[in-house]
Amino acid sequence: MTVTPAPAKKSGGIRDLSKMFGGSQSGLRQFGILGALVLIIVIFEILTGGKTLDPGNVINIVRANAYVLILAIGMVQVIIAGHIDLSVGSVAAFVNIIVVITVRQLNTVIVFPEGQENLKGIVIVLIAIVLALAIGAAVGAWQGFWVAYVGVPAFIVTLAGMLIFRGANQFIGNSTPQTVPDYFGFIGGGYIPDFGPDFGFSNGTLILGLIALLAVVFQEWRLRRRQSSIGAAMSPLWVSVVKVSAMGAVIIFATYLFSTGRVGTSFPVPGIVLVILVLLYSFLTNNTIMGRHIYAVGGNWHAAELSGVKIKRVNFFVMMNMSMLAGLAGVVSVSRSLASGPGDGTGWELDAIAAVFIGGAAVSGGIGTVIGSIIGGLVIAVLNNGLQLLHVSTDQVQIIKGLVLLIAVALDVLSKRNGGPSLLSRFRRPGGDFADDSNGPAVNPTSPAEESSRPQSTTPN
Amino acid sequence: MANEPTILEMRSITKEFPGVKALENVNLTVKAGEIHSICGENGAGKSTLMKVLSGVYPYGSYTGEIIYQGSEVRFRDIGQSEAAGIAIIHQELALIPELSITENIFLGNEPTKFGAIDWVAAHRGAVDLLARVGLNDDPDTKIKSLGVGKQQLVEIAKALNKNVKLLILDEPTAALNEGDSQHLLDLITGLKGRGVTSIMISHKLNEIEQISDSITILRDGRTIETLDVKADGVDENRIIKGMVGRVLENRYPEHDGSAIGDVFFEVRNWTVRHPTVPERLVAKNSNFTVRRGEVVGFAGLMGAGRTELAMSLFGQSYGTLVSGEIIMNGEPIRLPNVTAAIEHGLAYVSEDRKALGLNLLDDIKDSIVSAKLTKISTKRGVIDKLKEHVVADEYRGELRIKTPTVDEGVNKLSGGNQQKVVLAKWMFTDPELLILDEPTRGIDVGAKTEIYNIIRELAARGAGIVLISSELPELLGVADRIYTIFEGRITDELLISDATPERLMKSMTSTKKDAA
Repeated sequence: MTVTPAPAKKSGGIRDLSKMFGGSQSGLRQFGILGALVLIIVIFEILTGGKTLDPGNVINIVRANAYVLILAIGMVQVIIAGHIDLSVGSVAAFVNIIVVITVRQLNTVIVFPEGQENLKGIVIVLIAIVLALAIGAAVGAWQGFWVAYVGVPAFIVTLAGMLIFRGANQFIGNSTPQTVPDYFGFIGGGYIPDFGPDFGFSNGTLILGLIALLAVVFQEWRLRRRQSSIGAAMSPLWVSVVKVSAMGAVIIFATYLFSTGRVGTSFPVPGIVLVILVLLYSFLTNNTIMGRHIYAVGGNWHAAELSGVKIKRVNFFVMMNMSMLAGLAGVVSVSRSLASGPGDGTGWELDAIAAVFIGGAAVSGGIGTVIGSIIGGLVIAVLNNGLQLLHVSTDQVQIIKGLVLLIAVALDVLSKRNGGPSLLSRFRRPGGDFADDSNGPAVNPTSPAEESSRPQSTTPN
Repeated sequence: MANEPTILEMRSITKEFPGVKALENVNLTVKAGEIHSICGENGAGKSTLMKVLSGVYPYGSYTGEIIYQGSEVRFRDIGQSEAAGIAIIHQELALIPELSITENIFLGNEPTKFGAIDWVAAHRGAVDLLARVGLNDDPDTKIKSLGVGKQQLVEIAKALNKNVKLLILDEPTAALNEGDSQHLLDLITGLKGRGVTSIMISHKLNEIEQISDSITILRDGRTIETLDVKADGVDENRIIKGMVGRVLENRYPEHDGSAIGDVFFEVRNWTVRHPTVPERLVAKNSNFTVRRGEVVGFAGLMGAGRTELAMSLFGQSYGTLVSGEIIMNGEPIRLPNVTAAIEHGLAYVSEDRKALGLNLLDDIKDSIVSAKLTKISTKRGVIDKLKEHVVADEYRGELRIKTPTVDEGVNKLSGGNQQKVVLAKWMFTDPELLILDEPTRGIDVGAKTEIYNIIRELAARGAGIVLISSELPELLGVADRIYTIFEGRITDELLISDATPERLMKSMTSTKKDAA
């Protein structure tokens, strides 16, 4: 937990800004991770002599990591609910092989009239996506059943799943790589199509950037209007301005990068898939009853149960959702490589889990956000990419990644030890002892006085 | 008795927690070879005193001195007190279920031969110790396959192995049936013959009367008196008088019963089985009623089955329902799960705020709306966060939750304010029947009074309130009518005008219905 020592007025601005990253409890921590991401980008930009933020490289980072980030979106929900999913790589591989075989079959079976080849591609790709989601959902229902209704720990269920679906992939595919037609590459390797007059920018990407910019401004305006209409406490105007400007600057810069790449490139399609998923699942986790219940189950399932949360249903949902997203990640990766093989998705689960924990989720559940996990995933992605640009060998890259994960989580653990203030708040107010803050609420989460007056067991036994 | 040597003397023990004096100048003198009981209401400071004695609260965290076997001792941890021959047996047993009796007895104290555990010696030792406590089971039996009574005996065997001189038993018979209890009491008496001094904390006054040589009574963290059972001719009524003889302060809201309406909630023949021990019934044929605008108190000692009754009513969240029906507003209703209970207008504020009442990772506003999210959501399940904020802020004002904003984490609130958040959470569900289980446990006096006011206010608005409490003054001060529970059975029903602490205590400690 991030502790906010200062009274509301003093720290209001920063707190409000940090709300961009979800709830106030985990907001500041993610603020810190975002800072770490920016720092890493700047460091590599300097070390590589400007190669890191080269448009071609940025596009490449998105394309090469989209699948991990998609998995991280599902994984963070699993981890918030207090579980883990080790099977995502195998599930993706299982989905892949079925999709690939189906696409090959359809490609020979479906015959479109001359000149309609494009339409054929679109139809087959759509069928493939629906199929992937359906198989993912079926696999997820299987795993969710064991976790939620039988009560087998997710670690075991998904460890079994890891073996089962890896084996199934190799059984179905005869352990040999299978390829798909070129048109299948659009989802994983395509770009926003260009059109209109040539300004030296990709027009499609420009329009997308503009839409994003307007959306950010509109969203903030709508929020302020609603706040004033029901008389809720509003953050000061400057906070909104800073917030919108900061996000705007990022969007404009990103738009510039993505629209000025090599001719024929622009914002990649997997990036669009990712953005849509991030928006969708951020909304789900922050603004819906289901999302709230996921946090409740992970935070304290006893309390959740006594508040009327249907725990089994929540556990089933997160496991099923994860496998569905694994199926989608699988299709994206097949589409990029135009093939599926027996080794697809090996180690993906570890990348996704690392992203989630670097992104500030708690091992014991109840804490984490979609945005945080994406930032965590980007930290790994940029690190990977930067080290490769610096010609660091893969063995060393692995060592560095491992250490980054360890240190990121260790910092978090240390900062929370004994309920003390987090490192972040220490940086913000050096030497400040938050417990002395008389303006704040009475701070004593584990008062021994309570213990003394309740000597006996408090749960029925 | 008077000229027997003293084994333990605790002088002027004062132990303070932030904001609370748990013990104030407590004196305790225990003679060698006696059975000394400590009595007092919940929260009187009995367990705290024993934790001071056994080093759980190390020297320096309390003031006063402890003279043990003639010299002053300063225990820094429980290991040092054990080494001195003081063993404490807690109500929650400290045995490892997956290990055998032998392994548990010698855990941390294993006999070794050339650096390896000498299992032959351990086995022989275990057989010997089990014989001393009168347990016939095979020492290789796993702890988990023993009943609680036998486990208790294993604990004592473990203490005997450490050459115990002073044995402290905290509520040793609370979880035992009558046969096991009697066996344990006999054992304690037998140990006395072999020179083991015992200090026993118990709520069961008949047992205390039966085996004690002396009794020290604590109340509100102070020593009230020490009684010599044989010389003073002590009986249960005498002990009760010492325990409850406090002057009621005027800290309860006025109420005259004028707001009380008709019976709207009725429970008939409610019988519930323990979730893991099927032969044990935690509620036995219970019948009770609640009227609109009425505060109905449930008095009972810890373990009497109050919480179990309440939770089983609240969507069967505890135990297995054997029989019984609930009649609400004239209609029989079924409440198979918590969701159904909430929909029918029931609310349950748990006695264990941190484990069962709150998600401590949540912030205040999320906690307040968490039991009825549908109230601030669209039909499709999208939460209106601004509405949430506004609603939470209203409760903050109404219940005077001390926090700068409702965005604050609940873990940063004091106990009293956390409890207000829990109350707000259940008020938000618009309950017709609000069950409050020890709502003022572990919170300071000021906050207690505020919570009493909230309870009366809710009743005045027409809700029915069930108030479960271990504190008799609280029940007498807030309730309109009181039921007593003993061993899962409702033993008495008293209008507030007829209720006295003595009479309640009597009905809380026995099944007999006769008045004191």
